[in-house]
Amino acid sequence: MNLLDVVLAAPALAFLAALFLPKENERLIRIFTLAASLVVFALSLGLLAPLRTSLPGYWFVTDLPWILTPAIRYHVGIDGVSLWLVLLTTFLTPLAVIISWNHISHRVKEFHAFLLLLEFGLVGVFVALDLFLFYVFWEVSLVPMYFLIGVWGHERRIYAAVKFFLFTMAGSVLMLAAIIYLYTRAGSFDSVEILTLMQSGNLRLGEVEQFWLFLAFFVAFAVKVPLFPLHTWLPDAHVEAPTAGSVMLASVMLKMGTYGILRFCLPFFPNAARDNAGWIVFLSIVGIIYGALVAMVQPNIKKLIAYSSVSHLGFVVLGLFSFNQQSFDGAVYQMLNHGISTGALFILVGYLYERRHSLEIADYGGVATPAPWLSAAFMITMLASIGLPTLNNFVGEYLVLQGAAIERFSWAVWAAIGVILSACYMLWMYKRTFFGETPESVREHVFDLTPRELAGILPLVVMMVWMGMASQCFLPSIGKTNAEILRRLDAEKEIRVQAAPADWKALAEVRRGR
Amino acid sequence: MAVNFIPTGSELFRVLPEMLLTLTGTVVMVMEPLTPPAQKRRLAVVALTGLLVALWAAVVAFSDPGPAFQNMLMVDGFTTFFRVLVIAAGILTFLASFSYLKRERAEGGEYYALILFSLVGQCLMAASRELIMIFIGLEISSIASYVLAGYLREDRRANESALKYFLLGSFASAFFLYGIAWLYGLTGATNLDEIRQVLGNRDLAPAPALTAAAAAFIFAGVAFKVSAAPFQVWTPDVYQGAPAPVSAFLSAGPKAAAFAVFLRVFGTALDPVSGRWLPLVWLVALATMVIGNFAALTQSNIKRLLAYSSIAHAGYVLVALAAHSEIGTAAAMFYLFAYSFMNVGAFAIVAHLAGRGEKMVEIEDLAGLSSRQPVTAALFAVFLLSLIGVPLTGGFFGKFYLFKAALDSNLVWLTVLGLLNSAVAAYYYLRVLVVMYFHEPAPGATDEIPASGMRTAWWICGAATLLLGIYPGPVLDFAAASAKLLK
Repeated sequence: MNLLDVVLAAPALAFLAALFLPKENERLIRIFTLAASLVVFALSLGLLAPLRTSLPGYWFVTDLPWILTPAIRYHVGIDGVSLWLVLLTTFLTPLAVIISWNHISHRVKEFHAFLLLLEFGLVGVFVALDLFLFYVFWEVSLVPMYFLIGVWGHERRIYAAVKFFLFTMAGSVLMLAAIIYLYTRAGSFDSVEILTLMQSGNLRLGEVEQFWLFLAFFVAFAVKVPLFPLHTWLPDAHVEAPTAGSVMLASVMLKMGTYGILRFCLPFFPNAARDNAGWIVFLSIVGIIYGALVAMVQPNIKKLIAYSSVSHLGFVVLGLFSFNQQSFDGAVYQMLNHGISTGALFILVGYLYERRHSLEIADYGGVATPAPWLSAAFMITMLASIGLPTLNNFVGEYLVLQGAAIERFSWAVWAAIGVILSACYMLWMYKRTFFGETPESVREHVFDLTPRELAGILPLVVMMVWMGMASQCFLPSIGKTNAEILRRLDAEKEIRVQAAPADWKALAEVRRGR
Repeated sequence: MAVNFIPTGSELFRVLPEMLLTLTGTVVMVMEPLTPPAQKRRLAVVALTGLLVALWAAVVAFSDPGPAFQNMLMVDGFTTFFRVLVIAAGILTFLASFSYLKRERAEGGEYYALILFSLVGQCLMAASRELIMIFIGLEISSIASYVLAGYLREDRRANESALKYFLLGSFASAFFLYGIAWLYGLTGATNLDEIRQVLGNRDLAPAPALTAAAAAFIFAGVAFKVSAAPFQVWTPDVYQGAPAPVSAFLSAGPKAAAFAVFLRVFGTALDPVSGRWLPLVWLVALATMVIGNFAALTQSNIKRLLAYSSIAHAGYVLVALAAHSEIGTAAAMFYLFAYSFMNVGAFAIVAHLAGRGEKMVEIEDLAGLSSRQPVTAALFAVFLLSLIGVPLTGGFFGKFYLFKAALDSNLVWLTVLGLLNSAVAAYYYLRVLVVMYFHEPAPGATDEIPASGMRTAWWICGAATLLLGIYPGPVLDFAAASAKLLK
């Protein structure tokens, strides 16, 4: 039982405890959830300790048998990548409680219980090293989000919730098939063991096998990312979800997909990943530009941010399939950045909605006059999202673009168009919402940030600046883990080069004695 | 050859559960006319006690495994597994029935006695190693179920349900019997092991086409009982018309016992000709899943929805049978175990919510259940999530094991199609969840408080569903060990 187990178990225990709280005492429930999630966050900060020594491999590993036949293990651990995603989850959960303080007023108990269950599932996804365990957490995190959207969402919440569930479910059953197939070949669900078997040459997957397995995993992850053209559930889910749901969905749940690609898809099936990189990169660039263009014409702020997520996540996938150190580092950093800045955008939009009860840009205008602090926070967040230097997204986007340029220059050029477009849609939206004349309805309803609201957004703004100015606090550990994954990818490439006969035609001609 | 027909003590011990069930059933029948209407509850208590003792007997009978009655019965892990399963399903049905029957003003000893007799048949089906014995078990179980389906005499739907069930069921039994006759004619034996020896011996084996025809007849008979396509058409009507607790029972007990028969007959006697019937099972499994799931998509009646879902689940179990391996057998056993609890739980909740005369069985009637009765809704949600196959529930592990078994046997396509099917299935279970959680309660919806027996049944089912989802090891190990002995 180490610290990681505690961080994983604490939200689950808090969830169970929350079920027994009296339903009427809403204040108690909110305070309890906030306290519990803050304790989890404080505990999770302890996970940073190994960074000082930074040994290779996984930290805080626990490996216990769960089920004997088939051998399913409770195997958890973190490395330089998952560490940050766990921290992102534990960091955002208390904020989700704070921003829901006034926003959520019915079925308060269930809401907070689901939030804790969601935290449990998300942390589990990022720490699981056993494929089966990973799948369990993957699905477990689906259920609370389904309810968060369906119960506390806006008008079309039911449609959105069902669509969200079915898209993810359809993708993940194929992953389950692939996991089981991998087990029949490797005799283990343990990702570490499977990798060892593959590296030692004891487990060799044929080309066709690798392709289908890769595809099964990739589709499940691509739905979650979401990669164009599997993204259609995302705008619905985002628009309909309550603020806290949008935040957790955009900031953390989408990263389950990209994390899965990095952790499982690439190391397990390096050859298939390389062979298929072409069309995947193509789709991600289409996603970057398409997402940005669609965002530009959205009349609904939340939908605009949702499409901007499609665009931003395209960068992450582009980075992951450019296969070099810079692009990987950029992709992972961009995962965190997007979590921070898009989470903040959703929170701020939530604040606007609580005041004016509308998400249409047309209903706003001149918000900066009655609410200067809110506008300032929105400005910083928006600039971060665009990728302004000194703010966080710049670092990630730059690294991804540089990495993509190393692999193929034209990729970087196309992706850079997305950066330009993101400036267009964000600034235009900002102008229409916050500047100009202040209509009566806005003047009447919109007021500045309350201290509680400030507490919900300030930590994120601080992180944006911190991650933009001092990326060296984060990048070395990410880079070290990425280097290990890359080494594996390159090793596999060399083996294949050696093993494959250079040229069948030439060989045949040699045999014929020419 | 002098055969000693007088059973020994240990033989009697091995059939103790059946004897106890018969005895209790008879006692209840005798007591019935002697009990004044106000005290019918006493019969229920007697019957429940008998069931609990029989459960205990089924467990202890395993301490002395072996054959009984000239090899007609066999008490082994497999038998014990299914005996415990069907008796447990019976106990849960009882618990769910008390308040239901009281509400319908239909308390009576016959109801309990019929369930007990039906269980006798199912226990025999699980234990038999001899075709005639299997048929007798099948008939005891079926005839009692026909009557149970029409137990509410005043209800038109129940009458229709019983009649349909009886007519089609008799046909199926006839097919089964015909298959037995063929097999006897071909091999000169009714004992499963002897049949296997004959079929496996190249010199003695009859023409393969004839064996295949016999297998097809037997398959048709069993397929009807498990409601596999194309013999599934009775299921929605019967489950809808029968009293809800009876539907719960029908979807668990007789189904599990019929699968036990399938596993025994096809896993032993007809094993040598497996090449001939396996493709058929493959096809039937796929058809059953597809028909069940797609038909369920459009249902508006919750009982019909659960009926179609139970067809689909029979399809999943058939996937494990198509795997034709020890792991497949174990997976099917585990699945039936988990499935019984979640499905009986779901039907028990429907039995409670249906109200007098089962007026409230549309999905829309569940609107806002989560705010009206949060605990009931939460338990129902657990059962539905388990039926979808969401992790940390028994249904997930069940599905996982059986698709794993299928992949182990290289049934890649069946696995992929089956898994996609289960994604389709998620939709209609979610519809129920949506109505329960996301819709506002209808004005004027009244709620009665669930009786203690009903609640006990729910909690047992819920606890078992979650337990099997978090710690499935013991049940799975037992199933795997028993599957090994089957061959």
